[in-house]
Amino acid sequence: MELNAHVPAGPIQEQWESDQFNMKLVSPANKRRFEVIVVGSGLAGASAAASLAELGYHVTVFSYHDSPRRAHSIAAQGGINAAKNYQNDGDSVYRLFYDTVKGGDFRSRESNVYRLASLSVNIIDQCVAQGVPFAREYGGMLENRSFGGVQVSRTFYARGQTGQQLLLGAYSALMRQVGLGAVTLVPRTEMLDLVVVDGRAAGVVVRDLTTGEVYSKSAHAVILATGGYGNVYYLSTNAKKSNVTAAWRAHKRGAAFANACYTQIHPTCIPASGEHQSKLTLMSESLRNDGRIWVPKDANDARPAHEIPEADRDYYLERQYPSFGNLVPRDVASRAAKRQVDSGRGVGPLKNGVFLDFAEAIGRLGRSEIQERYGNLFEMYDRISGEDPYGTPMRIYPATHYTMGGLWVDYHLMSTVPGCFVGGEANFSDHGANRLGASALMQGLADGYFVLPYTVGDYLAGLLGQKAVPETHEAFKNAEREVSDQTKRFLGTNGKHSVDHFHRELGAIVWDQIGMERTRSGLEQALRDIPALKADFDRDVRVLGTADGLNSSLEDAGRVADFFELAELLARDALHREESCGGHFRVEHQTPDGEADRDDENFAYVGAWEWKGTGTPQTLHKEQLTFDYVHPAQRSYK
Amino acid sequence: MDFTLKVWRQAGPKARGSFETYKASGVSADMSFLEVLDVVNEDLIEKGTEPIAFEHDCREGICGSCGVMINGQAHGPNERTATCQLHMRTFKDGDTITVEPWRAAAFPILRDLVVNRSALDRIIEAGGFISVNTGSAVEANMIPIPKVVSDAAMDAAECIGCGACVAACPNGAAQLFTSAKIQHLNLLPQGQSERWQRTEAMVDKMEEYFGGCTNHGECQFACPKGISIDFIAYMNRDYLKSKVTNRKLGGQGFAT
Ligand SMILES: Cc1cc2nc3c(=O)[nH]c(=O)nc-3n(C[C@H](O)[C@H](O)[C@H](O)COP(=O)(O)OP(=O)(O)OC[C@H]3O[C@@H](n4cnc5c(N)ncnc54)[C@H](O)[C@@H]3O)c2cc1C
Ligand code: FES
Repeated sequence: MELNAHVPAGPIQEQWESDQFNMKLVSPANKRRFEVIVVGSGLAGASAAASLAELGYHVTVFSYHDSPRRAHSIAAQGGINAAKNYQNDGDSVYRLFYDTVKGGDFRSRESNVYRLASLSVNIIDQCVAQGVPFAREYGGMLENRSFGGVQVSRTFYARGQTGQQLLLGAYSALMRQVGLGAVTLVPRTEMLDLVVVDGRAAGVVVRDLTTGEVYSKSAHAVILATGGYGNVYYLSTNAKKSNVTAAWRAHKRGAAFANACYTQIHPTCIPASGEHQSKLTLMSESLRNDGRIWVPKDANDARPAHEIPEADRDYYLERQYPSFGNLVPRDVASRAAKRQVDSGRGVGPLKNGVFLDFAEAIGRLGRSEIQERYGNLFEMYDRISGEDPYGTPMRIYPATHYTMGGLWVDYHLMSTVPGCFVGGEANFSDHGANRLGASALMQGLADGYFVLPYTVGDYLAGLLGQKAVPETHEAFKNAEREVSDQTKRFLGTNGKHSVDHFHRELGAIVWDQIGMERTRSGLEQALRDIPALKADFDRDVRVLGTADGLNSSLEDAGRVADFFELAELLARDALHREESCGGHFRVEHQTPDGEADRDDENFAYVGAWEWKGTGTPQTLHKEQLTFDYVHPAQRSYK
Repeated sequence: MDFTLKVWRQAGPKARGSFETYKASGVSADMSFLEVLDVVNEDLIEKGTEPIAFEHDCREGICGSCGVMINGQAHGPNERTATCQLHMRTFKDGDTITVEPWRAAAFPILRDLVVNRSALDRIIEAGGFISVNTGSAVEANMIPIPKVVSDAAMDAAECIGCGACVAACPNGAAQLFTSAKIQHLNLLPQGQSERWQRTEAMVDKMEEYFGGCTNHGECQFACPKGISIDFIAYMNRDYLKSKVTNRKLGGQGFAT
C-alpha cells in the first residue's frame, strides 16, 4: 500500500486554487451519466449529496436514520468557526490555520488545514443564504463568541443548537434535490459492505432495516460520511446509534485506517448516575468561561458544597495553570479532573465528578445575566440531574466526545481505495491529535459543500464513457452472501447475553486502558482482554427474532462486532505511538510537571494501518508530516 | 422504585397488536424513561422474549427520534420534555405506566413503538428550503436581519420533527410542524422570493397526508420545544394571502 497525499505544489495559500484549476471537468451532459453513492446524511453527507446533485450528478443517499435530519450532527451545541474577522479582533485565514495546526498538536497535514481555514468563510455565507438563523447583534449583523480557549471571537452559533440549525440547512438543500429527482433518498438502510472491483470502489451492499432485504447498489464513486467511532467506549456523548461499521467494512476492503488512538475526551459532561447509564450528556464548553472548577481539599469532606469554606476548596486548574485557569484546552482539563477523582477527591454520590461552580459569576454578573448566557444549559442539567445549578454547583466529568482518527484520505479526500471518498468525522481529518472546539462542523461542511464536489468530479472525469459495474457482478454477490451469512450467524448463536452486555464490557476495557491516560502495560492488557471478550461474544451473544424485519439487536450485533476489531486497532495504535500528543497521553511520556511530551523527531507522521485479515495484526504505513509554516512548539498553558 | 409497564407490542406493520405487561423493579429516580425500557429489554432478552422496539438516538432531546405516548400523553407528563429527557423522578413509586406508539393515520406502525414518519419529509421536500445552490451565496453580512426577526425565525426553527404535535392532535393534523417549518423561512429576508410558492406547496402536501386543524391546541402542549400555535395563524394568513392577493406568484413554478 502506498500513501500519497497528493498535496499540490506551490505556496500553501495557492495550493487549492491551482489544484482546482488543474482538475478535469465533466460537461453538464456527461454529469448525468455518473452515479454517486453518499452514505450518511449528517453535515458532511447531506452537504456533499446536495452539492453534487446541484451540479448534475445522480446521487443516491443511504442512511440508517428514518430521516436525514436525525444524524448525530444535530446534537452539536456550541458553534462553528470561520475566519470572517467580523469582530475586527485580528482574526484571519492564516490565524485560524495556525490555531488549528497548533491545537492539533502538530499532527495534521498543513495543506488540508489551510484549505479548511480558507473555505470556512464560504460556509457561513452558504448557511446564511439557506436561512440558518445564526445569533445576531441588534444592528442585524452576525454575532460571534470566543470558544474553546482561543483569543479571537470567530465562532458563529444559533442558541445552543448550532448543529441542529446547520443540519436543517443542509437537509433542506438535500430535500430540494430529492424533490427535483436528482437525489434518491434511501432512509432506514444500513451500508454493510463496500464492494471493490479491479481496485476501485464499485458500490455498496446494504440492508433495508425495515424489511431485512440485503441488496447491492453500484456507482462510479462512493462517499462515506458516516461519522465518528466514539461509541467504542460504550458511554460517550455521541448518539446511541453512532458506529464505525461503514468505515470499518471499507477498511477491511482496503481503506487504510489512520490515527485510531487520537480520541477526544470532553471535560464538561454530566457524570454517570449509575450502572444503567446509557449515554453521557455534554454540557457546553462555554460554561467554563464563567464557572470555576474545584474539589474539596479533603477527600473525606462530606459537607454539601455551599458549606465548604473557600479555604477548604482546591480550584486546581486556577492553581496549576495561572494564565489559562479554567480555560485550558480540553485534554488538559480532562486529565486534571481525572487525577482529582482518582485521588479520591471526586464529588457527588458516586464521587465521580468535580464541581463547576457559578456562585462567583452569579455574584459578579447577577442571576439574570447568567440565565441569559446559559439558561438552556442550566435547564438541561436540572432536568437530567434533578439539581438546580443556580443554587448548587454543577457536577461534571470528562467523557468521550469526538474521534480525530478515521479513514486515511489524501488531499482530495480519497481513501486508499480509488473511488471511495471519506468526509466529515469519518475521515482522519484535519484536526491532528486534538480538535479545537467548533471546528468539526466547519470541517464537515467544508468537505461536503466545497471540497468533494470538485474532487469527486475530477475522479469521475477519468471514468468518462464507462458504465458502473453491474450489480450482478460476482463481487457484489459474494459481498451480499457474506452479509447474509453474518446475520445468520448472529441469529443462530443463541448464547446467554445481550449485545448491549458485551458492548458495555468492551467499553469498560477501552475506557480504562485506552482512555484519558494510557500505559504500555495497560495497552498490552487490552490487547489480551479485547480478543478474549470478542471470543465470548462470538460464542455467547443472544440475538432474538428474525432477519426479515425491524430488529435492533441484530443491527447492534454487527456494529459491536466491528467495535471489537476497532478497539484492538485503537490499542495497537496507542501502543506503537511512544509519545504523548493531543488526545493521546502516554503516562511514560510526560514532562516533569505532568504535561504531554511530544516526540517530533520520531513520531511526526500519520499512522495509517492496512488490514491484513481477521486474526492478523494490521501493518503500519507512515505519512511523514512536514511543518513549513507553523513551527512545532511545546503547548504551554501555565 | 418499582413500576408496572403496559407496553404496546406489534410484530410488524400488518400484525395485530396488543398490550403486554412488564415489571420494572429496582429503578432509580435518576434513570431516564428510555433507560427503563433498556433494562426491561435486557430482562426480556435473558428470558428469551424479543425486546421492545422503540426509536431513539441522541437521548438529548434534539434529534426527534424518540417519542411515545406515555399514559396517553405525547412524550409524557412534563412540559417541553422529549421522552428521552423524561426521568423517573417524575413518577411515583408503584405507578402503572402505559406506553403506546404515536397514533396517527399518517404514521403507520412499523413495529411495537416505532412508526413511519416519512410524511414529514415529504412536506419539506415540497418547499421547505431556500433555493440557493452551493457557491451562489452572497457575503453573509450583506443581509442584515433585525435580531427580533432572527430570534423569531429561530423559535420556529427549533422544531425537532418528532411528530408529537400530530400524535397529540385528535385530528392527526400536522399544522404545528408545517407552520414552524414555513415560518422559519418566511420570516427571513432570504426566504421572501419563494414565500408564496413555499406556503402553498407545503400546506397542500400536508393536506395529502394529515388531518385538518380544528384549533384544539393540544399540539403546542405536547411540543418538546414549546413551539407556539401562533405560527399556525401566521401560516394560515400566508396561505390565504397566497391564494388571493399573491396568487400569480403562488401559482408559479413547482407549486402545481
Ligand atoms: C454532543 C456533541 C456536541 C458537539 N458540538 C460541536 C460543536 O459545537 N461544534 C463542532 O464543530 N462540533 C461539535 N461536535 C462534533 C460534531 O457534531 C460532529 O463531529 C459532526 O457533526 C459529525 O458530522 P458527520 O456528518 O461527519 O457525521 P454524523 O452527523 O454523525 O452523520 C453520520 C451519518 O451517517 C449515517 N451512517 C453511519 N453509518 C452508516 C451505515 N453503515 N449505513 C448507512 N448510514 C450510515 C448516519 O445515519 C448519519 O446520517 C459535537 C459532537 C457532540 C457529540
Ligand atoms: S432520542 Fe433524540 S430527541 Fe429523544
